[in-house]
Amino acid sequence: MLEDRHQPCNGHLLFNQQEVIKIIDLFDSKRSNLIQILHQLQNLYGFLPIEILVQVSNKMSVPLSEVTGVVSFYSFFSTQPRGRHTIRVCLGTACYVRGGKKIIEKIQELLQVDLGGTTEDQRFTFEIARCIGACGLAPAVMIDNEVYRQVNSNKLKSILAKYD
Amino acid sequence: MINCTINNKLIRVEDNTTILEACRKNGIYIPSLCNLDKICNFGTCRMCIVEVEKAKTLQAACVTMVQEGMIIKTNTLKVTSMRKVLYELLLSDHKQQCLSCSRNLTCELQALGKTLGIKESRFNSFESHRKSEISVSITRDMDKCILCRRCISVCNEIQGVGILHAQNRGYDTVISPANEFDLAQTDCIYCGQCTMVCPVGALMETDATETVRIALNDPKIHTVVQVAPAIRVAIGEEFGYPAGTPVTGKLFSALRELGFNDIFDTNFAADLTVIEEGTEFLGRIENALLKGQSKLPMVTSCSPGWIKYCEHNFPDHLDHLSTCKSPHMMLGSLVKSYYAKKIDVDPRNMFVVSVMPCTAKKFEITRDEMTFEKLSNVDAVLTTRELASLIKSAGIDFTLLSDSDADNPLGFSSGAADIFGVTGGVMEAALRTAYELITGREVPFEHLHLQQIEGLDPIKEASIKIADPLPAFKYLEDQTLRIAVASGVKNAEKLMKQIADGTSPYHFIEIMGCPGGCISGGGQPRSKDPLVAQKRLEGLFAEDNRKEIRKSHQNAFVNELYEAFLLNPNSHIAHEYLHTHYVRRGKFNEFLKK
Repeated sequence: MLEDRHQPCNGHLLFNQQEVIKIIDLFDSKRSNLIQILHQLQNLYGFLPIEILVQVSNKMSVPLSEVTGVVSFYSFFSTQPRGRHTIRVCLGTACYVRGGKKIIEKIQELLQVDLGGTTEDQRFTFEIARCIGACGLAPAVMIDNEVYRQVNSNKLKSILAKYD
Repeated sequence: MINCTINNKLIRVEDNTTILEACRKNGIYIPSLCNLDKICNFGTCRMCIVEVEKAKTLQAACVTMVQEGMIIKTNTLKVTSMRKVLYELLLSDHKQQCLSCSRNLTCELQALGKTLGIKESRFNSFESHRKSEISVSITRDMDKCILCRRCISVCNEIQGVGILHAQNRGYDTVISPANEFDLAQTDCIYCGQCTMVCPVGALMETDATETVRIALNDPKIHTVVQVAPAIRVAIGEEFGYPAGTPVTGKLFSALRELGFNDIFDTNFAADLTVIEEGTEFLGRIENALLKGQSKLPMVTSCSPGWIKYCEHNFPDHLDHLSTCKSPHMMLGSLVKSYYAKKIDVDPRNMFVVSVMPCTAKKFEITRDEMTFEKLSNVDAVLTTRELASLIKSAGIDFTLLSDSDADNPLGFSSGAADIFGVTGGVMEAALRTAYELITGREVPFEHLHLQQIEGLDPIKEASIKIADPLPAFKYLEDQTLRIAVASGVKNAEKLMKQIADGTSPYHFIEIMGCPGGCISGGGQPRSKDPLVAQKRLEGLFAEDNRKEIRKSHQNAFVNELYEAFLLNPNSHIAHEYLHTHYVRRGKFNEFLKK
């Protein structure tokens, strides 16, 4: 597997054509692997700008409209630059009743960022999730691939401090 | 064979039959807004739901295969009331401007409402949330789209251009080019096949009737109209004639009634194209065989959608395309030069209208190359459908018109010109003339028809051995001329790929961008007759067969034009007025430049 490499993304990131092609080749340029390829590319570059999607379309002979169709269908794909880390506060029923909303307010206060937005220092992108399947741990917060259980306002500061 | 029961009737169907097909074959009507036979099978509209015994839910008939012993009911209260709910839900997200929609009374959604007996529309919450776009050829009003995905199917599976796809998800879903770009920013070739299948008014040709009406009512403007070969066997359908009925005489009379000053025929320019393109081909083959300089195969250039496709996808191989303009551009160019001078009218006061089976022609007339001294060769393109609506709104009863002919000097044509409207026709017309030029003898085909390249097959090929040529063509002695004919971009691309790979065995290739050729162009009447293409094809061949002169080089008016104006085929003057060049567009670059 390719390593996750969350690069700082400042909107005019230069991407390496060879690297894109390498990833596509890794999946045999197969149409049925399109979603996996897009995942790998997003892991590498942090987001999927149209220039990369054009490369994918060209190399895989899949119409660009189909590629952007897939990217715009799944909410985990992003065409905008993202922070180095993604915070997803769960707002499924259990987390909601156990104070998910308060966590959102606290994060907004701590990081000065709107829902769906990215902090100015590109540290975090802040989103909500609809049930991450960890209702027993409610209220839960996910940062990148890590799940934090029974989060409250006090714990938040130290959790966020782990990420630079 | 499979046995099943539909509405208490025992029915035997072939293996791999959908419930929808089984019902239609047995005279049971099932509504559908998304299904296109063998083309669009997404099952999105759900209008075709039926009750299948032992199935938990209602099943979509278009995507459910009949199985042995299946018991199907298509007309229970459960089915019909659910269809009504589904219909009302479609209406809740559909811009209902029916009375001012150009699909009024031809809209499939509207017709289905009547069939289903819809008396109320309970979910009236429509808010405009999708964008509209008026491109030079195609107008997209996505607020009217019902997301059936027929256009996606033709754009991807039939034409292989892949411009349209569903973007986003749920309520935000929109059928659109990548990233919701405008068509004008993409590699769309404007073939208009999407407008042929759209059940509602979401995809339409961009209207030109208003500009034409204004020109017709301006006494200072000299209006000239020309009609493409494929119009004469299709426009009758808009006035109740069976598919494929030739109505050439009435068509010219209708144009006269509309008030055009001159009624010319693109057929004339088709004859001219045969001379120009045939001469170009002979020149190329001589250059290639004797000097190894020219590019072969030569590819025809009458189809502007196909040309744009090549410019995007094969920018390095544009020198294989014939430099001839498409026939209607040739005629427009001649009207504003040769003819304007002849009748002493300032070409700036002329307005040339082309009636075309094609939406790509609307784009073609906007190309920079199609101008002369800053004047467009052609000022407006009407589709067959648009002309029919113009005739109707002018209060002309088409069926009562008497027959008349086009005006001269640019209106007479041979039978070879008629078949320009169907796949294989341009090639056959060219061979009738080229063979005679080379050998001095008539083509050795029965009734001048080359059976191998006739008919609606997507790719056809033939070879002709040249024996005993005239002295000027001695280098062709015993050479075998290999030709190919393709229609529909997806099929044509295969031949173009061979050219790109350097493996093309052909000398001459005819391409038409729409499947079946211009008779099935994106601007033609939408027909419910499954055999419509075949019938229009037969109509054109009937036109060809009824004419006395069936070879382009015997058109006396074409020969007169050469004597009086163009001098020789491919002369310097001919090049100035009748030939063009192409643009290396490449893929995607249009929006990446931004």
